[in-house]
Amino acid sequence: MRCSLLLLASLVMVAGVRAQDEDLLKLLGEEETGPVYTNAAFKTTRVINGHSVENTAHGVLDFKIGHRFGPANGGAREAYGLDGATVRLGLDYGVTDRLMIGIGRSSYQKTIDGFVKYKFLRQCDEGCGTPVTLALVGASSLTTLQADQVPWFSPGREDFFTHRLSYAWTLIVGRKLSESVTLQLNPGVVHRNLVERVTDGNDVFHVSGAGRVKLSKRVAFNAEYFHALRDRQPDFRNSLSVGFDVETGGHVFQLHFTNSAGMFERAYITETTGDWARSFDDPAKGAGFQFGFNISRVFTVHEPRKKPV
Amino acid sequence: MKNTKHVALILALLPLASQAQERYMTRNGHIAFFSATPMENIEANNHKVTSVWDATTGAMQFAVLIKAFEFEKALMQEHFNENYMESTTYPKAEFKGKLAGVNPDQLKKAGTFEVTVTGDLTIHGVTKPATAKGKVTVDASGAISAASDFIVKPEDHGIKIPGMVRKNIAEEITVKVRLSYDKM
Repeated sequence: MRCSLLLLASLVMVAGVRAQDEDLLKLLGEEETGPVYTNAAFKTTRVINGHSVENTAHGVLDFKIGHRFGPANGGAREAYGLDGATVRLGLDYGVTDRLMIGIGRSSYQKTIDGFVKYKFLRQCDEGCGTPVTLALVGASSLTTLQADQVPWFSPGREDFFTHRLSYAWTLIVGRKLSESVTLQLNPGVVHRNLVERVTDGNDVFHVSGAGRVKLSKRVAFNAEYFHALRDRQPDFRNSLSVGFDVETGGHVFQLHFTNSAGMFERAYITETTGDWARSFDDPAKGAGFQFGFNISRVFTVHEPRKKPV
Repeated sequence: MKNTKHVALILALLPLASQAQERYMTRNGHIAFFSATPMENIEANNHKVTSVWDATTGAMQFAVLIKAFEFEKALMQEHFNENYMESTTYPKAEFKGKLAGVNPDQLKKAGTFEVTVTGDLTIHGVTKPATAKGKVTVDASGAISAASDFIVKPEDHGIKIPGMVRKNIAEEITVKVRLSYDKM
């Protein structure tokens, strides 16, 4: 009897050792990983016109080509807008993984623009509890049009350099909710040093948002809306854009429909004239939406990660 | 009856014997992989590989955090995680198997041993049997390290590479494992 007990006990112990062998890694306990930041919330640093929660990575130069055709309601005579064009060429650079700078030149009012974008918080997958990415974008623009061609010109007005400037602050709070869905709020303010009408304030605040849904690994659907908080201006509309991101390796192609012709803050937030409601109306009544695209091509110009041995 | 008693005693002592296990571990092992094509060469390094090796039983295990692979180009790293490895869904690659070719007594003095590792390799959520040749080295100070080079085919683990970039990514990826083990 005692023997069988001993036998049983030993078998139990042997079994115990076997069970221990099952998962050796458990012996090490919980792994301590550094913070793992959420990546690829959007395919690129712009949703369509506005900034997304993404930054260009450290050491990466992003060449951006933005193109908007003419209003699609121009009809067959205008090749549904394909005859018209406004262009923005830009260069963005990642100074660090959090800090990004960029410059651009738009054909819209012959404008030069520049911006600085900094991520204060970065959403984490692991290793820290940050639920959202928080970024601030400070931008300014300078039109280089002849004084008598700017919209706010009136005869007799002196052409000060400062009149040509505008500034924009945008706060971006965004979260990648799942592999495919990202949402962000991007409210802000645009300050124009000089405006066309007395009824239009120099500062235009806006509450805005954007989002994307991935349709496949390389294609995403994007939408963004900028709601300007100001007295109703007869000609101006809020900017609404929808489109698709197509990623092909080194390039991201963004194809979209938008009612904004300009591609910097002052232009699309405060000077959008296209009206989605007029999409199929006579072009004489005004522009509707237009087709456009952005192309982003990245170049690694500096390798911050030291080449491992 | 007497025989049973002996057997029982031996069995009772067995667990005690295996208690004196020679176990080794690391949390900062190095795994690198290389994809060489005429179009471009891709290299990534991970210095956070976790592994435990029980020299007594030969049991060996690895866990590799996919997001910890570092590439020269940030965009490659993003695409690696997002499009190929789907690291949010499959955060880790794992290996579980046996190492044969060296016993705990041999580890007591300096030497190099040719070993074979056999087991199950899980990458991208797909488990496949794998075998690799390697070396276990004990240096003059008694420090134990292990090294192995082997080939992994992305296709075997359900990693789809679209035609567009087919020429940029090799069909056979060379994986290099370099570990310095510490006694547990």
